[in-house]
Amino acid sequence: MNPVALNLSGIDPELDDIELNLFVSAMRQRHGYDFAQYAPASLKRRVYQLVEQHHTSNISTLTGRLLHDPTFLPQVLEGLSVPVSDMFRDPPVFRALREQVLPALSAHPRITIWQAGCARGQEIYSLAILLEEAGLYDRCQIYATDFNDAALRQAREGIYPAREAQAWSRNYQAAGGTCSLADYYSARYDFIKLDQRLRRNVVFADHNLVTDAVFCEAQLVLCRNVLIYFSNALQNHVLAMFRDSLVPGGFLCLGMRESLALAPAARDFVALDGSLRLFRRSEPIPTDHAGH
Amino acid sequence: MPAIDAIVIGCSAGGPSALALLLGALDHRLPASVIVCSHTASNNPHSMCDLLAQHSTLPVIEACEREPVRGGMVQVAPPDYHLLIERGRRFALSVDEPVGFSRPSIDVLFGSAAEAYGAGLIAVILTGANADGAAGLACVRRTGGLAIVQQPDDATAPAMPLAALELAGADHCLALDEMAPLINRLCMT
Repeated sequence: MNPVALNLSGIDPELDDIELNLFVSAMRQRHGYDFAQYAPASLKRRVYQLVEQHHTSNISTLTGRLLHDPTFLPQVLEGLSVPVSDMFRDPPVFRALREQVLPALSAHPRITIWQAGCARGQEIYSLAILLEEAGLYDRCQIYATDFNDAALRQAREGIYPAREAQAWSRNYQAAGGTCSLADYYSARYDFIKLDQRLRRNVVFADHNLVTDAVFCEAQLVLCRNVLIYFSNALQNHVLAMFRDSLVPGGFLCLGMRESLALAPAARDFVALDGSLRLFRRSEPIPTDHAGH
Repeated sequence: MPAIDAIVIGCSAGGPSALALLLGALDHRLPASVIVCSHTASNNPHSMCDLLAQHSTLPVIEACEREPVRGGMVQVAPPDYHLLIERGRRFALSVDEPVGFSRPSIDVLFGSAAEAYGAGLIAVILTGANADGAAGLACVRRTGGLAIVQQPDDATAPAMPLAALELAGADHCLALDEMAPLINRLCMT
């Protein structure tokens, strides 16, 4: 049992704060990645995980390496992003997408979908399967974005540990799957590889929710369990970006335990199914927000 | 002795019935916040809260991200997320990797609670079949919080209390039915 990232925690919280601030400044000023608006408790935990992983004695040593070793940044970004998910995680959400959202999307001749924070792609392949089974895939342009290039590469490959396949198959069935998940992957040794035809209309792209802007007009935006890592202000900023990326009536799908209670931009959405965190954009973009 | 602002409780195998007993014996006027992290997974997200609400003297709700931690209430970590407490004493969630196969992880909750509450924290380790919580309990003790561990021979599954005692030690090592009277006394005076 590895007590990850706790060995150093709690010894001197005040010193921790100074070191963490310096680390965040280094990331922003040297590399252009802004983590200042991340929720502090999780950010700190991840930075401490990096400290342990790279056997540095404290955050400052990590910061020094980040400033002087140009090869180090990708490893830090990998450690600070959210690479964890499952196929069809939260089956009731994918069932609702299948039964309520896709029928509404089928009215459009062209369908644009954006998954923000796609990480290693498990949910993009899940969504692609839903679209194939609904006969909508060939009308879709799907953008899968993340700021973690290593995760994007893995998402393109669609290779996952075989030990996950059983649980993911159960999720797929629980989400209303009509075939067998095994129809969509080939198994090799300890890995499964998703059918690469599932990504023929997917563009995997580098996009940072903190610093990058609206780039598409979508009928559906998925961003599950990403905003939980953001401060209230950044959560609201990104929600407004999703609003501005959606056509009126467009759908937004968030993680099942996300709270919008403190975000003013949530007023521009109405709940389709509140318990599943499935929303629709309600109002046209107010003029004072245009060009935001 | 500083006022107790929060009590964090961690458990795994055998946890629900131990929690029912402990929460059923807390003083209903308890002003502190009670925060529970249990590994006992369930497909029904609210079943844990419902079960505990049948026994608890205090209201039981699921902890909600960004919301303030509330006094006089039991707040339960939602399934399949880590639950953290920010310094401003608000809840945060994460889907970071499970820690030792567990999400929610007791270590993650205790580690963040230690920083948020310092000496105003009581941390309790109950029955469980793995070592989650031990490192978190050590963290709580480092920041001045009080550690209570269930006596291993009183626990349905002794591994979790044993691991906690070995790594962190405890201020009190008690049978389950001795815990609530102590907590009530520490919080109500």
